[in-house]
Amino acid sequence: MSVRRDRRDKIASLSVQVGFLVALVALWYLGTAYWGISRILLPNPVNVWAELKDILASGEYLPDLRVTLTELAAAFAISCTAGITLGFFISRSPYLIKVFEPLLAGFYSVPVILFLPLYVLFFGLGPGSKIALGTTISFFPIVLNTIAGFGYVDKIFITAARSMGASDFQMFRYVLLPAAFPVILTGLRMGFTVALLAILGSETIASLAGLGHRIVHLAEAMETARMFAYIAFVVVIAALLNTAMSTLERRAKRR
Amino acid sequence: MSEHLRLKRAFLRHPGLARLAVMIVLFALWEIVARVWIDPTFLSPPSRVLASLGDLFDTKGIPVALRITFWELAIAFAISVVIGLTVGLAVGLSRFSNRSLMPIILLLYGTPQITILPLFILYFGIGPPSKIAFGVSHGIFPIIVTIVAGVQNIKPILMTAAHSMGARRWQIFRWVIFPHMIPTFFAGMRLGMAGVLLGVLLAELYVSTAGIGYFTQLFTQAFEPTKLLGLVSVLAAMAIALNEIVRRAEVHFGRWRTD
Repeated sequence: MSVRRDRRDKIASLSVQVGFLVALVALWYLGTAYWGISRILLPNPVNVWAELKDILASGEYLPDLRVTLTELAAAFAISCTAGITLGFFISRSPYLIKVFEPLLAGFYSVPVILFLPLYVLFFGLGPGSKIALGTTISFFPIVLNTIAGFGYVDKIFITAARSMGASDFQMFRYVLLPAAFPVILTGLRMGFTVALLAILGSETIASLAGLGHRIVHLAEAMETARMFAYIAFVVVIAALLNTAMSTLERRAKRR
Repeated sequence: MSEHLRLKRAFLRHPGLARLAVMIVLFALWEIVARVWIDPTFLSPPSRVLASLGDLFDTKGIPVALRITFWELAIAFAISVVIGLTVGLAVGLSRFSNRSLMPIILLLYGTPQITILPLFILYFGIGPPSKIAFGVSHGIFPIIVTIVAGVQNIKPILMTAAHSMGARRWQIFRWVIFPHMIPTFFAGMRLGMAGVLLGVLLAELYVSTAGIGYFTQLFTQAFEPTKLLGLVSVLAAMAIALNEIVRRAEVHFGRWRTD
């Protein structure tokens, strides 16, 4: 394929993408400004933009953002520690892998969101129930990937290192860890994404503070324009966090 | 050989047996902890939960709520499969639409849709339609992405061979693309089912007037852990069963492919 045609394709597909977004915003504007769609159902994009600027300028989002990020950090820290430790110990024996891996994978297929009412009962409406749900949901991809990373290192590397007299520590540092690291990182990224989702979700369903709570609060007050602005804000924050995580994963893998 | 050694050997030979033992130990721990240490307004032992399942189904409204939730799941899944398959094929089969539309789809797939849950309630009301719509919004993207990936993974040599032997567009679709799509289709269905479960249950828990979300909230506020645990177990069983059906289908229809 020629370079010229390739470039022409790229420009064409880019223009479709841009056209799609422009058409969407234009329809949105026309619909709300001229065609009489209710302000409560769909606010005018100009209003949403004004609200967004107001939110960012006033710093009103800060307490909620802090709550959500603290919950996320706590949940992710717990599930990382527990998941990697447990995964490592299970992966040390093929027998334990055979016993525990199907068990964990089975649990993984239960929609963890079902536990939210239980967690609200146990830990209350505050951050406790959010941290618990975020931990539960992110634990499984992390532990399963840790098992997959450490447990399925090619036998020939281990035999080679042993026969050349590697100590346990050397084995871990130079054979097991480099082999397992990329797989574990993928697990961490998956865990991070679902933990963020779970925390936003549980804040939406039952909470006292946090970004999800703020959106619901505005929805119930029918302040749709401000709600749209907050939705945009949260989507951008989530996208930034997830992009940061994927970039970290890619860079660490390349080394 | 002593009894002890024989037991050990049985466990070593059958990991499934050990798995069962682990589960029994966990349930026993839960039973003991719940009976001895924890306040019964927060946690009940599994034996009591099991015993009260009959009571739970006799509670007015619960069977209806479970039926509503099941139909929400089924309808949302059916709609997701139809839309996901159509869009996935349309996007995947043309190089141009793939390059121009796929980034938009991936962008939408990557956004945390939970943030727009209040909008779904605003547009579709608090009844089943909002749950179905939210389930569909979670279900279609994994299906689209899987189908597109599946279409792209068809070896070009097969297409070229079919072409050079004079196959028409429809024939290529019927004899090359379609058989190759079956495993992908079921893999997409499995992921779609997980998404639909998440979406419908999220929406149910968020606001509900007659579905299971109403009852989980009722039991939480009334501090009735026995009934709450029972209801959650029944739902988990339903979710596992639905997941298992699509997973079995995936294995069953994917077995002809040996590579």
